[in-house]
Formats: sequence, C-alpha cells, structure tokens
Amino acid sequence: MSAPRTAVRERPVARPLPAPDQPRRARNSVRRQTHPMWFLAPAFAILLVFFFLPTLFNFIYAFTDWSGFKSAINPTGFDNFTQLASDGTLLRAVRITLVYAVLVALFQNLFGFGLAVLLERDTTLNRVVRILFLVPVLMSALAVGYIFQALLKPQGSLNSLLGIDYAWLGDTTWTIVVVAVIHAWKWMGLSMLIYLAGLKTIPEDLLEAARIDGASRVRAFWAIRFPLLAPAVTFNVATALLGSMNGFDIVQATTGGGPARTTEILNIFIYRTFGQGLFAQATAMSLVLFLLVALLAFPVIRTLRRREAVL
Amino acid sequence: MNRFWTKAQPVAATALALVVIGIPLWLVLVTAAKSQGEALNPDLSLPQRWQLLENLKQVWVDGEVPAAFFGSLLVVVPTVALLLTFGSMAAWILARRATRLNAVLYALGISGIVLPPAVVTVVLLLRQLGLAGSAVGMIGVYTGIYLSTVIFFVTGFVRTIPPALEEAAQIDGAGPVMVFWRIVLPLLRPVLATATILICLYVWNDVFYAFFVIGGRLDTLPLNLFRVASAGLYLNNWHLIFAYVVLMSLPLVVVLAVAQRKIISGITGGAVK
Repeated sequence: MSAPRTAVRERPVARPLPAPDQPRRARNSVRRQTHPMWFLAPAFAILLVFFFLPTLFNFIYAFTDWSGFKSAINPTGFDNFTQLASDGTLLRAVRITLVYAVLVALFQNLFGFGLAVLLERDTTLNRVVRILFLVPVLMSALAVGYIFQALLKPQGSLNSLLGIDYAWLGDTTWTIVVVAVIHAWKWMGLSMLIYLAGLKTIPEDLLEAARIDGASRVRAFWAIRFPLLAPAVTFNVATALLGSMNGFDIVQATTGGGPARTTEILNIFIYRTFGQGLFAQATAMSLVLFLLVALLAFPVIRTLRRREAVL
Repeated sequence: MNRFWTKAQPVAATALALVVIGIPLWLVLVTAAKSQGEALNPDLSLPQRWQLLENLKQVWVDGEVPAAFFGSLLVVVPTVALLLTFGSMAAWILARRATRLNAVLYALGISGIVLPPAVVTVVLLLRQLGLAGSAVGMIGVYTGIYLSTVIFFVTGFVRTIPPALEEAAQIDGAGPVMVFWRIVLPLLRPVLATATILICLYVWNDVFYAFFVIGGRLDTLPLNLFRVASAGLYLNNWHLIFAYVVLMSLPLVVVLAVAQRKIISGITGGAVK
C-alpha cells in the first residue's frame, strides 16, 4: 500500500522507508495470540461435516445405483444422467426451474419496487400498510400455498369475484406463472423493505439540485433515484433468483408439481424420487441443481455488481 | 399531479392492502371458523355459526400441536445458539486477521449463502453418524446450512468496529476468550439480532430439509401442517387446515406486532450498504 502512494505524491524522501514487511510480521505474531485460529474450529468443523462432506458425497453417489431397495451400492458411471436425459426429465426440470426463478425474480422485484414507491412517505397509514405486507414474509410458505390453493380453486373465491371459471392451478402453460406470482406475493414485503431502505439512502440535496435545474418529479425519479438503487436491485434480484431456484414449499402446497408435471422444479423432483426410494436419481438431480446454481449465481452477482460500479 | 397524489396515495395504499393481503387472510379466518360442510368449498362468506374455538381445539389435538410446538423449539433454539456463538467466533478471527489463508477460509465459509445444500446425501451421512431422524442431526444440518449467512453478516459488521476497545482490554491482560466474551460479543448485538430474526424465519417455517432429515420421526409445526393438509385435502377438511394455519401463524403475528420496528431494521440491516 505504502509504495504506490509515495510514488504518486513524489514525496522527497532521503532515507528509504522501513520495509513494510517488518511491522506486519510483528503484528501477525501478536494477532496469533490475541486472535487465535482455534476460534475458527467449531464453525468450520460443523461446515465440514454437515455442508461440505454431503456436497462431496453428491459428486460420488450421483454415479452409483444407491437405492432404498437394496443395501449394496455399486458405481454405475453416468447411467443416472443418461437415463434422466434420455426421457427428457433432466432438461425439462432444469428449464422449469430456470423459468420459475426468472419469473419469481421479475414479479418479486416489480411488486416490491411498486410497493416501496407507493409507501415511501413515513405516514402512520403507510407504516401500518408496510407491516401488513410483512405478514406473508413471516408466514410459513406451506401455509401460503394452501391459502392460494383454496383461493384459486375452479369454484373458489377468485373466480366468483371475477365471475369466470378458470382452472388457475390446472393449466399446463400458465400455472407456472401463477405459482411464481404466489411466490412473489409471499416475498414482496421483503423486497419492499430493501427498496425502501435503498430509497432512504439517497441524499435529499441531490434531488434538490435536480429540482433547481428544472427536472420534473418523474424525471428526477428515473434519472437520479432509480440508478442509485442499484445495490438494492442487486440484493433483491440475487436473493429472489437463489431463493426460487431452491424453492419447494409453495409449489408443493399449490400444485405438487402438476398439472402433468409442468411445475415440477428440481426440488420437487428430488423430493418425489427420494420418496420413491430412488436415492441415486435424487442425488443426481441434487448435483444438477448444485451445478446450475453454482454456474449461474456467480456470473449474475458479478454482472449486477459491475452495473453498480459503473453507476 | 403532486396534490392529487397526496390525496390519492392513502386511498390507493389502503385499497391495495385490503385486496392483496386482506382477502387471503380473510379467507383463512372465516374458513377456520366454519363447519366441515360449510368449508367444503372455501369462500369469503361469513360462517353461519362461528366455531373457530372448536376447530382450533380439534387441530390442537389431531395435529398434535403441543408436541409439534416443542419439536420446533427443540430444533430452533439450539440451532440459533450454535449459529450465533460459533458463527461470531469464526467471523471475529476472519475479520481481524487478514492472512491469505483466512481469505480462502472466508470464501469457503460464505459459499453456502449461494450454494444449495446436498439434501439427499446428508441423509446418508446422518445414517452413518447414527443421527438420522434425530433432533441433533436436524440441528447440525440447519447449523451447517445457515453458518454462511451468519459468518457473512458478522464479519462485515466486525470490520466496521474499531479494534481500539479490544486492544485496551488486551493491554490490561485479558486473554482472547475474555476479550471475545466481554468486549466483542456485546458490540455485535445489532447484527446478531438481524441474524437471529432471519434464522428463526427460515428454520421455524422449513419443511423441505425436515422432510429429508427428520422423516416423520419428530413433530415440528410445518411438518404437522403438511400431515393435516395431506390428510385434509383428501377428506376436504379446509376448516381444519386453516385453523392450523391460524394457530401456527398466531405467535408470529404477535411477535411482529410487538417487535415490528426491530424486525424491520433487522431485515434491512445487512442488505443495503
């Protein structure tokens, strides 16, 4: 750190600076006593046993014939994957999971952002309404699923309110969108809070300056406040994508993967095949989910962060 | 435009809340108060006779709510305790000792925020350890899953605290355990509150991991809701499903009403920097 700084400032130093290495090494030996490494041991022991080891097992047992029907476990190479790929299950489950994640991220952010803008001023009414929108966030996702299953029944309340007769949860094309909206309904209160916090961090004098320059309210909003929300967008999009790729409860409670398996996201498939005793297939899909998230998460977060840096 | 918005906003906000949140919650309440025949096809009409208490009493017994409540507590409380203690111990070292090894350990430690846990093989591992279906196994799995979140939040927070206080205590001759326990941990209170809220939210409501790890050998509130509903969907017991939902959500609504300010600042605390 010290070398480039002196170069930039071109400070006239007669003597060479003391080697920066020396104090750091001294500090490290002090740190060894004041901040001992064994403090890391319990946390990393738990991580190792309950997180990393099962993940490692994923890479092993996905290539075996492990099942609930026999005790021996033999390696079978890529059989599980070729079997899952040949009947189209693999690609379909991946596609459904991705579509679901993108839809949830889209709806959750649209709803959350809209709510944040609507409820931005700190009036008593707005505070109460914000808390109401937090109720679904705290509720069990399973309960949310059952509520909407009842609400969206063909003879249910929504249809009678709208005066139509539509099977919201029985459409092989559009039900995935309906379920994604339900997922977004549960979590939009969280996105709203993040966006509200983001809106609060924007300094008032920036808006003042824009107003003096003659910018309208709408223009000031899109030109100044919206770009400054980038960190909130990053957080919300990333958590919504990851949360819905790992989703299970809402889909299970509304459609259980149906109709005709058109909402069967990876975790539903894993749960179902595990319940049938086909442990190796479930593990193979679990590995697919792991790789999918690992491959997607890092580029997504990096792109969003880069956008933040540009702004 | 401006004056119009000031007048229209309260109306819009109220209407939106009533429709978007009010209707689903109303459906839960009225259906939970109906008889089985009336609730066969749940709608928004008022029950002919309110029998909310009878329904609650019935799910209390049929859904084994007391056992499930204690099962949930038995898992959540130790999980939170372990996560906060071990997570902040690790985070303190990772934040204060900037070595290359620690940078690697930090990256590994927070990788679980993004990466999904291996739900199937963890069952195999727990069987080998003799922990399958036990509360201990469940606590270990939850702790392993959410340690990343705690390490991430707490490490970021420790970096914002000046080390002067710790150094003063060290000069007075306090060892690392003493410094951590008496100086660092009390300073971490705000971020630990955030972490506690998030973890409780996830663990209290989780069914997915519980399906795999517990597999019906221990009752928790969401697992029993699933049981009641799976039996109920077959028998069309919507009044019991929603009575269970009311019972299960009541503690959360009370907590939200009492501690809403803390929860809101807690949830938003770590997100926007």
